[in-house]
Amino acid sequence: MSLELIWYALYVIIIAGYAILDGFDLGVGMLSLFVAHTDTERRLILNSIGPVWDGNEVWLVLGGGALFAAFPLVYASLFSGFYLAMMLVLLVLILRTVAIEFRSKRENQRWRSFWDWVFAVSSFGITILLGVALGNVIRGVALDQNGVMNVSLAGLLNPFSLAVAVTGATMFAVHGGIFLSQKVEGALLDRITSLVPRLMITFFILMTGLIGWTLLRTEDFAQNYRDRPWIAVFPVLAFLAASIAWRQIRKAKYFKAFLASATMILALLSAVAAGLYPVMIPSSTDVAYNLTVQNASAADETLMIMLIFAIIGMPFVLLYTGGVYYFFRGRVQLDDESY
Amino acid sequence: MSTELLHRIQFALTVSFHFIFPPLSLGVGLVLIIFGFKSVRTNDPKWRQLSTFWVKIYGLIFSMGIATGIVQEFEFGTNWSIYSRFVGNIFGSLLAAEGIFAFMLEGGFLGLMLFGGSRLGNRLWLFATTMVVAGATFSATWIVMANSWMQTPQGYEIKDVGQGPQAFMTSFREVVFTPSFIPRILHLLAASWMVGTSMVLSVGAYYLLKKRHVDLARTMIRVALPLFTVLAILQVGVFGANQAIEVSKQQPAKLAAMEGVYATRSCAPMYILGWTDQRTESTSGIAVPCLLSFLTDQNFDATVTGLDETPSSDWPEVNLVFQMYHLMINLGMLFVLIGLVACGLWVWGRRLWENRWMLRALVASVILTEIATLSGWWTAEFGRQPWIVWNVLRTDGAESPNVGNGQLIFSITMFLVLYALVFYVFLRLLDSKIKEGPPPPTDEQEIESLPDSFGEIFRRRSRASSGSD
Repeated sequence: MSLELIWYALYVIIIAGYAILDGFDLGVGMLSLFVAHTDTERRLILNSIGPVWDGNEVWLVLGGGALFAAFPLVYASLFSGFYLAMMLVLLVLILRTVAIEFRSKRENQRWRSFWDWVFAVSSFGITILLGVALGNVIRGVALDQNGVMNVSLAGLLNPFSLAVAVTGATMFAVHGGIFLSQKVEGALLDRITSLVPRLMITFFILMTGLIGWTLLRTEDFAQNYRDRPWIAVFPVLAFLAASIAWRQIRKAKYFKAFLASATMILALLSAVAAGLYPVMIPSSTDVAYNLTVQNASAADETLMIMLIFAIIGMPFVLLYTGGVYYFFRGRVQLDDESY
Repeated sequence: MSTELLHRIQFALTVSFHFIFPPLSLGVGLVLIIFGFKSVRTNDPKWRQLSTFWVKIYGLIFSMGIATGIVQEFEFGTNWSIYSRFVGNIFGSLLAAEGIFAFMLEGGFLGLMLFGGSRLGNRLWLFATTMVVAGATFSATWIVMANSWMQTPQGYEIKDVGQGPQAFMTSFREVVFTPSFIPRILHLLAASWMVGTSMVLSVGAYYLLKKRHVDLARTMIRVALPLFTVLAILQVGVFGANQAIEVSKQQPAKLAAMEGVYATRSCAPMYILGWTDQRTESTSGIAVPCLLSFLTDQNFDATVTGLDETPSSDWPEVNLVFQMYHLMINLGMLFVLIGLVACGLWVWGRRLWENRWMLRALVASVILTEIATLSGWWTAEFGRQPWIVWNVLRTDGAESPNVGNGQLIFSITMFLVLYALVFYVFLRLLDSKIKEGPPPPTDEQEIESLPDSFGEIFRRRSRASSGSD
């Protein structure tokens, strides 16, 4: 197995790690306005992610750094090509951070409801923007021979990419809802548990439609699945995990449902990655300009050093991430230090 | 206005704003470790009160650092795509290492640190704090390492394998330990600890002026003042001087700009205040004769390389670099003075607590240390121009070719408005946290009931969950 392939796989794991971890707190943000009505309820929601959200967001930073190092040409082309979209991502990321941090620092009602809105809208915004970016990557973008992408913000907002974004947002909302079900109680819990199954059904319909659309509209993608039939294991696993999540939700076993939902996210992103491989960004101008795992990766020396870093670092990361979740598990209690 | 200049303005704006926060969290973090350590060693509840108070301020500062830091990581790709392709193999790997080793440590333990006051015993809380501060320090280390490679690149070769020239790593050890790395990281850490300790001094002095929380305020000053003074002396005498020597060896054109040396000469003076004139290529002002020669080579007759040995197309903005450098140096001297006088007032006759002038100076000190740190960073970065990677890749031409002026004006405006708003709210919240003051002391029995080792956490949790399920 080549170093490039190892890093491609690791990259998918990092992206999935981000989607699974930050995915639920983005979902919590999207749901917060709908399910929480009183100030105490909103604080409970905010504090359910309080000790972990920034650790989750670090996976995005890690994703950026790993892309820069392992696939510098993809990093350069993608980030400069999606310039305005990326600036908007930064805008909503900052607004969301300050909303979480600032919201409960004052008693004032208008202050709090303002930041509640910012929190919810920015959570939704991050999801939509990242979804649009993923949609365009699957669809292919106008890359020239120098890896320079020429596409306007309006050009990014095509129906297919928007469909990916909306499906992704629904997925995170379900994921966040399952997480919240383990964290709150009483009337708030009832509202969430009655919403989650409905969201789950919506997501299921959207997802099935989107898979069909992807196979129909992107020929290379479908061809990869015909050439390497074994990769169908990923979408199959995703459906399996989704149905387990559904069963566990019905049985009110939310921790198991959460694990199933996390598995589903990993499987779906793996299905996308396997369908694209070895291409990382398809060029809609000419297939010769595709950025691939081979032509866009860093040299073997860099990939090897990074792999050593990852082997040393990742066990620690998983250990203390797990530790923090373990320590803060159980239902949220508000105290002096809460947001 | 050229597109390159707009890219530079945006990067300078966002990185300068970001750079307000990391030194603060590094330095306040150091003081928090001391508070935590005292809390473990003595059973005086005041240390826990101080920890609780400062952790809240730390959390506010830290979240600003996170929010503005992500911008920097994205901007290499969005704004400097040619540069990113060129350095990805080297610079990218250092950035990724920061993500794995530093951010993950900070992100993992920050929750425990910020929410630990009501959940953790003294020892575990100190452990969580130490992990976060260690993470922040690693983070600074990797970033300075990456930046030092841009200042004094080595351990690479340039090859074109398709999309333009790229730097490939030939020796990881050389990439990590570039000649400028060690002097720069020492200089930066000392600067950060000065910013943090001056923040603590500033708040302590403010309380003394207002005659509130007097005991706690004196404790803050007792902890922070000796540290601040020693660091100020070391910074001027050792770390700063050491860095100037390094620059004179590795980046002579930058040193020449810092002191306005146009013509190569022996017995070069060091200016206290001055002005360089780009047109006549001369520098005027108040200077100490031959001091620059002495500082760079410990010999008053040593030759200092002037700008005339570098083509003028490769000069940085001389006067800007000169002014930033002298602002930093003069503030550095002022810190030594403030530190020594304040220590003197404290030791002889305990007059520090009543001396309103000195207390006012201490209140202002955090703003001054921030300015000094920022102007030092600007000296390093403006002094590197017109190179993005010193003597290897020019800044002009390293920007993203597909980002137009319109997009840049949009994003610069967005950052200006956003950062102004965020900074205003940050200052208001900081102000209200400080005015609110430290909490009343926690009941000792309550602290003792909190878990204080990993074993205890697991035992307690399993008991609690078996009871409730």
